[in-house]
Amino acid sequence: MADRQLAPDTPELRARWSSFAWSQDNARQAKIIVARYPDGRQRSAVMPLLDLAQRQVGAETNTQGWLPIPVMEYVAKELDMPAIRVVEVATFYFMYNLVPVGKFHVQVCGTTPCMLRGSDDIMAACKKRGMRIGHVSDDGLWTLTEVECMGNCATAPMVQINDGNYEDLTVERLDAVLDALAAGGSPKEGTQEPGRHTSEPSGGPSSLKEMVKANHDYRGEW
Amino acid sequence: MPKVTVDGIELEVPAGATVLQACELAGKEIPRFCYHERLSIAGNCRMCLVEVKPGPPKPQASCALPATDGQEIRTDSEMVKKAREGVMEFLLINHPLDCPICDQGGECDLQDQSVAYGRGKSRYDENKRAVTEKYMGPLIKTAMTRCIHCTRCVRFSEEVAGVDEIGALYRGENMQITTYLERAAKHELSANVIDLCPVGALTSRPYAFEARPWELKKTLSIDVSDAVGANIRLDSRGREVLRILPRLNDDVNEEWLSDKGRYQVDGLTRRRLDQPWLRRDGKLIAATWDEAFAAIAKINPGKDVAVIAGDMVDCETLFAAKALAGALGSTMIEGRQTGLDYSCESLAAVNFNSTFNGIETADAILIVGSHVRWEAALLNARLRKAVKGGAKVFVVGPEWEMTYPATFLGTDLAVLGKLPKDVTDVFEKAERPAIILGGAGLAKGALGPALQLCASLNLVRENWNGFNVLHMAASRMGGLMLGYAQKGGIADLAAAKPKLLISLGADEVDYTRFAGSMIAYIGHHGDSGAHAADIILPAAAFSEKPGTYVNTEGRVQFADKAVFAPGDAREDWTILRALADALKVSVGFDSFEQLRAAMIAAVPALGREGLADYGALPKGKGTASGTIDAYPIKDFYLTNPIARASVTMQRCSAELLHGQDFAEAAE
Repeated sequence: MADRQLAPDTPELRARWSSFAWSQDNARQAKIIVARYPDGRQRSAVMPLLDLAQRQVGAETNTQGWLPIPVMEYVAKELDMPAIRVVEVATFYFMYNLVPVGKFHVQVCGTTPCMLRGSDDIMAACKKRGMRIGHVSDDGLWTLTEVECMGNCATAPMVQINDGNYEDLTVERLDAVLDALAAGGSPKEGTQEPGRHTSEPSGGPSSLKEMVKANHDYRGEW
Repeated sequence: MPKVTVDGIELEVPAGATVLQACELAGKEIPRFCYHERLSIAGNCRMCLVEVKPGPPKPQASCALPATDGQEIRTDSEMVKKAREGVMEFLLINHPLDCPICDQGGECDLQDQSVAYGRGKSRYDENKRAVTEKYMGPLIKTAMTRCIHCTRCVRFSEEVAGVDEIGALYRGENMQITTYLERAAKHELSANVIDLCPVGALTSRPYAFEARPWELKKTLSIDVSDAVGANIRLDSRGREVLRILPRLNDDVNEEWLSDKGRYQVDGLTRRRLDQPWLRRDGKLIAATWDEAFAAIAKINPGKDVAVIAGDMVDCETLFAAKALAGALGSTMIEGRQTGLDYSCESLAAVNFNSTFNGIETADAILIVGSHVRWEAALLNARLRKAVKGGAKVFVVGPEWEMTYPATFLGTDLAVLGKLPKDVTDVFEKAERPAIILGGAGLAKGALGPALQLCASLNLVRENWNGFNVLHMAASRMGGLMLGYAQKGGIADLAAAKPKLLISLGADEVDYTRFAGSMIAYIGHHGDSGAHAADIILPAAAFSEKPGTYVNTEGRVQFADKAVFAPGDAREDWTILRALADALKVSVGFDSFEQLRAAMIAAVPALGREGLADYGALPKGKGTASGTIDAYPIKDFYLTNPIARASVTMQRCSAELLHGQDFAEAAE
């Protein structure tokens, strides 16, 4: 996060991206998004539109997508706002990629609960597979990022890969997920622990046990 | 009107005031970095913490907290002291201790406030954050490691200047202030962010490492780069003015100054005329004052004398020259160098009657032939305020880059005769409609038709006069008050074929029209006027003489003398007085005081600081025709001889207007 930088504004970048325009589907989608905001407040649509642009760039480059300067300028023009305001937003939120990423953007959570549950091993496993933080791997598939809490502490440790969360990881489970992705599959998202559905207590409930079957009034027992 | 108590002092504050303003009304000083009276409230520096009851039991940012009835505010409690010390300590964590090599040293808010409110000792021994320098153009030098993220510069360029180009990228500790893609800041008020910056992150590039503030002599003066008459302070050391800063005057410039007014200062020491010159056999040859005066006396012009005044001349000089011409029996005096010949029978008709303060409250504005951004950058900021308050702006003339929404009505002046319906609709509904007529409009004879609009658009009402003429020369209104206007403009002077033409720093005149005359140039820069002159009498620039100036509103203002003129150059009025002796006439004054008294006796309004009264607006006549093809100013940065001599202004012109690249010296 700390070393986020805008991709340099080079003639090559301009040549590649200055012709960027919405695809037909996205043009329709952009119109719907902008219409959600009251008249004169169209600028509020900057975040969803940046996301849309990033996805379109991703589709064009077969990666998760990122935001080259000319694309941000395109969004600014669409919303009739100064480009610097768009860049401010894009640099603030780290869900917007400022440099090219691989096909799969592996974001490993390293905040305390995940760290206690072994995120260091997850990180090491990623690195062992050839991923480097902030870089696209040689095969163009992977970009590794360490991120702060993603709100999946109950199923720590976790990684987010593009739009999916993979939780309750061990090195083996992570390898399985990554292998499946690399092979073009779509591994199950969410918890990877057999028998667990979402973030319910692992190994059955430890409290409010009476509530499992039916609603239970505990108030008499307080 | 909420009643609050500040440190035991009970007082009533205006509705809508903040706690910070309440404290100031009570005479308490509240330290602050991000809060600024003329910008929106950001509340991000946290330096203005005070204790407020009722409220949460923690200090609160007073700049963003509305004052409400019954509040008990403490600025002197232990909690406040501790809070300020804490905030200051955090601000200083990443602020480098480079005050000895920082240009802000001695006038730095952070320095002053850390002395007054800091702990005096640091407990931080980790590494400090470092930020790469950002390029912001030829005027602004950056040292972004010093930035404390107050965002004043961001808010200024967005809100006041209306040019969104500075922003805060990234977040948290990594936040960085930068211009878009590190391009140069490209507007006429850009250097004001230097004054706004409370630390040394944004400092003046041309003034870098020149002087410390305590070495400087401060002289109050008036900006002569345009007709706004911005109030300025000349900071000089020895015989040189080192920098120009704006002064506070809510009626004129608020606290801003155009980049030209601020940075033409280095032109004051370059290309100066510091000794008399005589033209012999087509070549200018250095001479003495005696030789120069003898040469003028030799042609013995009698009443065949004419005076042309330049754009930056003070009223005293104008009056002295008029007195000299009068003593010789001539009334041929003219100040409109480029040949304008609009009628000056009524000065109210050529005045900015709404005043700058008033135009802010206008709700419908028609600009005729004026590139306001270049002709009066500070007025443009006022117009932006008006637009933010709901005003609609229409422009007749070629398109220019606006800093607020406006509608261009084309370049054909005939449109004044039949305004489109959407314009008349807006003006009909308007309560304070205004028209601003600029130089390009005056040149095309739009004064009469514009005056006619006064009646048809009902521009003059009770407590409101919406008819405005925007001049571009600092000497224009003063000159018109002193009668520097011939019926046919400068053509009358040319037709009279004077033996002697006295040019008071007039550098925009086409001197080929005066081929038969002996041209005596009394000015300070070796510019086009000096090139055409037969005799050059070196005079003082605005910083080197006391003087009276009248801005385009008809506001009379006085300037002081900061330094002496270089070499043999003399104050203009003394040259004219000596010339009177050489020509053996009497002008009736021997000292500056006598001159000023005589001038005030002739035109009493020039003796009173403030707006002059020009009476009622006359009726207009005539129809407008023709098209406005261009505005008179071709290059904002090079409009006068001082600016043209200034290296800074030349670079601004080359880089910002003509797109020339300047490689940064490797450091």
